[in-house]
Amino acid sequence: MSASLQKQTVTEPLWMKSLLILIAVGFMTLLVILPVWMIFAEALKDGLTPYLHALSEPDAISALKLTLLVSAIAVPLNLVFGIAASWAIAKFEFRGKHLLITLIDLPFSVSPVISGLIYVLLFGTHSVLGNWLIANGISILFAVPGIVLATIFVTFPFVARELIPLMQEQGSDEEEAAVMLGASGWQTFWRVTLPNIKWGLLYGVLLCNARAMGEFGAVSVVSGHIRGLTNTIPLHVEVLYNEYNFLAAFAVASLLTVLALVTLVLKTIIERRFSRD
Amino acid sequence: MGIRLTNINKSFGDFTALKDVSLDIKTGELIALLGPSGSGKTTLLRIIAGLEQADSGEVLMHGEQANAKGVRDRNVGFVFQHYALFRHMTIFENVAFGLRVREDANRPSENQIRRKVLSLLKLVHLEGLHSRYPNQLSGGQRQRVALARALAVEPQVLLLDEPFGALDSKVRKELRRWMRRLHDDMPITSVFVTHDQEEAMEVADRVVVMSNGRIEQVGAPDEVWNKPSNSFVYDFLGNYNEFMGWKDAKGVVHLDESDARPGPVAYVNEEPEEGFLRRYPLVGGLLRGVLNRKPAPIINVQQVVPAERKSSNGKPVKLYARPHEMLISRVHGAEEAIEVKLVHINPAGALVKLELERSSGEILQAELPADEWTGLMLKKGETAFVRPKVFRLFD
Repeated sequence: MSASLQKQTVTEPLWMKSLLILIAVGFMTLLVILPVWMIFAEALKDGLTPYLHALSEPDAISALKLTLLVSAIAVPLNLVFGIAASWAIAKFEFRGKHLLITLIDLPFSVSPVISGLIYVLLFGTHSVLGNWLIANGISILFAVPGIVLATIFVTFPFVARELIPLMQEQGSDEEEAAVMLGASGWQTFWRVTLPNIKWGLLYGVLLCNARAMGEFGAVSVVSGHIRGLTNTIPLHVEVLYNEYNFLAAFAVASLLTVLALVTLVLKTIIERRFSRD
Repeated sequence: MGIRLTNINKSFGDFTALKDVSLDIKTGELIALLGPSGSGKTTLLRIIAGLEQADSGEVLMHGEQANAKGVRDRNVGFVFQHYALFRHMTIFENVAFGLRVREDANRPSENQIRRKVLSLLKLVHLEGLHSRYPNQLSGGQRQRVALARALAVEPQVLLLDEPFGALDSKVRKELRRWMRRLHDDMPITSVFVTHDQEEAMEVADRVVVMSNGRIEQVGAPDEVWNKPSNSFVYDFLGNYNEFMGWKDAKGVVHLDESDARPGPVAYVNEEPEEGFLRRYPLVGGLLRGVLNRKPAPIINVQQVVPAERKSSNGKPVKLYARPHEMLISRVHGAEEAIEVKLVHINPAGALVKLELERSSGEILQAELPADEWTGLMLKKGETAFVRPKVFRLFD
């Protein structure tokens, strides 16, 4: 008697449960599954040949190459930066620590368009630095370096944000133990710190990479949209769409979608390993 | 010589962790740093280890300046309170770590490492667990792995930070006796931090009692227990009852409690001179003892001198008595006593522990052997009369 009473108080009635599940599934279908399905449906509506043709078109190839290049530069740099920043924040006490944490979060709180604009103002013809760079033949804006910089800026919180709480929770006991046993700083890092954070690190890198490849706003401002030169995949999709070349636009967009799906699968695997460790 | 600390000072921001601490530790000694949390004992241990740097002062290890040496070169083993085992390594790899990180020239061969690790695991009674991971072991087992890991590098000094603090009391007792034997079997100087006075007393050769960043007393366990140098040490080492008193011009101490009931006569049986008890009249609420010189005299209340009224030039003092130094009786006899109500009885153990409530609401503690307790035939809620058999006072 009392057990059944107790059961009633902690579980919702069946109709309520069904309704809640229905709402959640409905939302997911409308906002996530339908659009993803649409992308592939549109991209493949005339069959596989036009789809592959749209992907192998020179501008698309160049956009893909540029995107890979940008993330190949931005992700390793943010990996190093993220480890360094979270190491400093989690294991040491210093002045300005809170300021540093706030600064790391800055790209999350600033609109990506503004982030791009900052680089335009910094390296454009309006600034002394920009003029000096132009005079010396170094092009940053409307070129690959600008795109890389904007991408780094937008994606730098991912690794650090993932690692800081993890490293804070783990404390420095194990590192101290390693040093007491005679390990050098380098040995301590490779043998103790890194293995302890590897899953969190991988997770952060994955998110960082997904964002680096998919970034639109900041990159759009600094790229100049030069076809075949400074267009990344997201920018190329926009250009194609604006030219009413829907099939090609959806075909290229499907690449990013595949990236997102792969990221999702990897993320799930990593999370599972993470919680097991 | 072992470790010599001279005038160590350390502060963290506004907080002074250590004030002018000096300590000599002999080679082969087992030393306990005992004190409440925040007393600076862990900071002192970490300074010896080199994990913290003293703001000023000198650390000599085996006659050499340790300040200049890095943590790695001090040849010190450290055991952490929460074990700090490498969670992603097997027990074997944990113990082998200190050998593996050595430079190529000093690194033993794989075979030697294997032999060494297995013999250490045998020493700490963990044979057969070498391929497990730390999270598969119990707290006591983890701490023994931590100990084996620290011993693998053959340190001359072993430092342990609250090594048994996170373990349950039975495992703790077992492990500390085992640690004592291990220490005796090895040519090693050990320093361990604890807040458990029983642990310190049971294991250590010498106990260093600390509070507020200072050393209050250093001595062998019986010395610290029997001759506490001040009220802090006395307080920290065990329970006690406190009474107000005053000391007159002759140095005689009187108990001065408003709820102390005077006896009609004070029987003094210190020396049954000429075969009879000498009697002294007792004046309102006074119980008398004689103050000896420091350190920390034990005063027998029954050594009574003629009563004297509390005078204005008397100096107020605090008198302390341990629970087992309380005398309890069912009826108000001839001797002066404080009237109390028995509010709690804990019969577990060799001594029966009683809580006695005074009229002021203050609780006095008393302990007495089980047979004495049975003889008293007291029940909870009944009135009884207590007085200290002996008491201490600190100038």
